[in-house]
Amino acid sequence: MLCDKCKKRPATVHITKITNGVKSETHLCGECAREEGELTLISESTFSFPSLLTGLLQTQAGIGATMPIHNHVSADCENCGLQLSDFTGKGFLGCSHCYSQFGSKLEPLLRRIHGNSVHTGKVPKRLGGKIGITREIENLRRNLARLVSDEKYEEAAVVRDEIKALEKRLSDDG
Amino acid sequence: MQLKDIMNKTYSAWMDTSAPCTDVALSSRVRLARNLGNNPFPNHASPAVLAGVANQVENAVRQTPELSGLKVIHLSEVSAQDRQVLVEKHLISPQHAKNAENRLVILAADESVSVMVNEEDHIRIQTLLPGFQLNDAYKLADKTDDYFESRLDFAFDENIGYITACPTNVGTGLRVSIMVHLPALVITGQVKAVLSAVSKLGIAVRGIYGEGSEALGNMFQLSNQITLGHSEQELIENLASVTMQVIEQERSSRGKLIAEMREQLEDRVQRAYGLLNHARLVTSQEALKLISDVKLGAELKLIPEVNGKTINELMVIIQPAYVQYLAGRALSPTERDAGRARLIREKIRTGREGNEK
Repeated sequence: MLCDKCKKRPATVHITKITNGVKSETHLCGECAREEGELTLISESTFSFPSLLTGLLQTQAGIGATMPIHNHVSADCENCGLQLSDFTGKGFLGCSHCYSQFGSKLEPLLRRIHGNSVHTGKVPKRLGGKIGITREIENLRRNLARLVSDEKYEEAAVVRDEIKALEKRLSDDG
Repeated sequence: MQLKDIMNKTYSAWMDTSAPCTDVALSSRVRLARNLGNNPFPNHASPAVLAGVANQVENAVRQTPELSGLKVIHLSEVSAQDRQVLVEKHLISPQHAKNAENRLVILAADESVSVMVNEEDHIRIQTLLPGFQLNDAYKLADKTDDYFESRLDFAFDENIGYITACPTNVGTGLRVSIMVHLPALVITGQVKAVLSAVSKLGIAVRGIYGEGSEALGNMFQLSNQITLGHSEQELIENLASVTMQVIEQERSSRGKLIAEMREQLEDRVQRAYGLLNHARLVTSQEALKLISDVKLGAELKLIPEVNGKTINELMVIIQPAYVQYLAGRALSPTERDAGRARLIREKIRTGREGNEK
């Protein structure tokens, strides 16, 4: 079957439309369908990421929570005015303050998405100081455990000394 | 350096075929999401806030000697057609091309670094390197992040790390991804099994143009799913080790194909090469399919006169907006297919002549 529009390429997109009870069929090639905007129409699914997030927030409220959300979380963000319902509609928070505003609501969500809710990676240098060093020590400790279990004792000794040096820096800074 | 210079050249640094594992891995990409302190995120911000953010970031680039090599481009000064070319070159996202007002892209001349300003987050630092170089791509992004951070106050929380507009990016703000070409796994019908195994290990699989796009031309993008709770190094190592397994699977399938079905394979890649050399009308989808076959043929030394660099360039110049950009005007679908077929023939010819010299 050839495309109804260009009548050159084979029709690969078959559209059945029912408007006011009247059924019409159109057969287009990929190129013409894209031009007509039909392809985006049909490939757009009803499933969306924000709706999934909303679902996750609501199931949390359903399980275990006996109090309605706004009893322990303020309804909108003091910094940007975002309401939790805006978030669940769009899947985006309003500003960096939203995370602390809606903290108790978001923490379980973060754990659901990431399986974890504590950051262990890079720390901006300007905050660096203590947090950075503590993080570094935690990472080195994990590394040390891995090296010991792999029986790489020489490398482990180097890591152990690094940890000691960092711990000393931490206590020197007071 | 002008934007036109970047757009005019069909060769980008990521196309270099001397990098590790380019037989399967096309390019390695890293993205870091960052936001500026008290400002609402772009989706929730007024034009005045967006302009303020854009201004702060632009100043940071001008004041930091290490960033002075980057070119700041205001997307509102770029035509919709040309923005589409930037999408096809993987320098900005389709979403970023849509809203141009108060949006910037900051580019390195070789396209290895591109920074989107006021996309989903205030700042998205992206790096792109050829082949399998996840660690180096991260190092480059990390360094760029440090330079920006020396001038800008990034939102960071001691517990949940870097703050992002969407909770799925919180923590490291890191998305590390690699583009792989898996024709042999597709031909032998194993690709579904391999990729579904991969997705059980915290790795997302997507098509060539990122989120929501199809896997055209047997190209798949693998990336980390989660961003919080693991260090950058752990996330990169996880993706790297899984990718290495996928690469080995693809290589062994290629080995089997050539040992057991050499004639059929040779026929397939030579037919594709014949079509690319002689067809007069080629759609972009057909082109990607043919290029995939020719690329496989080139990797297996079945078509010795085609080099990997030419094939990588073809992948960019066959895209609809780029074909029109090179023509200098909007084209009808048929004109586009004719223009594309001509560009492909020319590129293959100049590539071949380059080899002979």
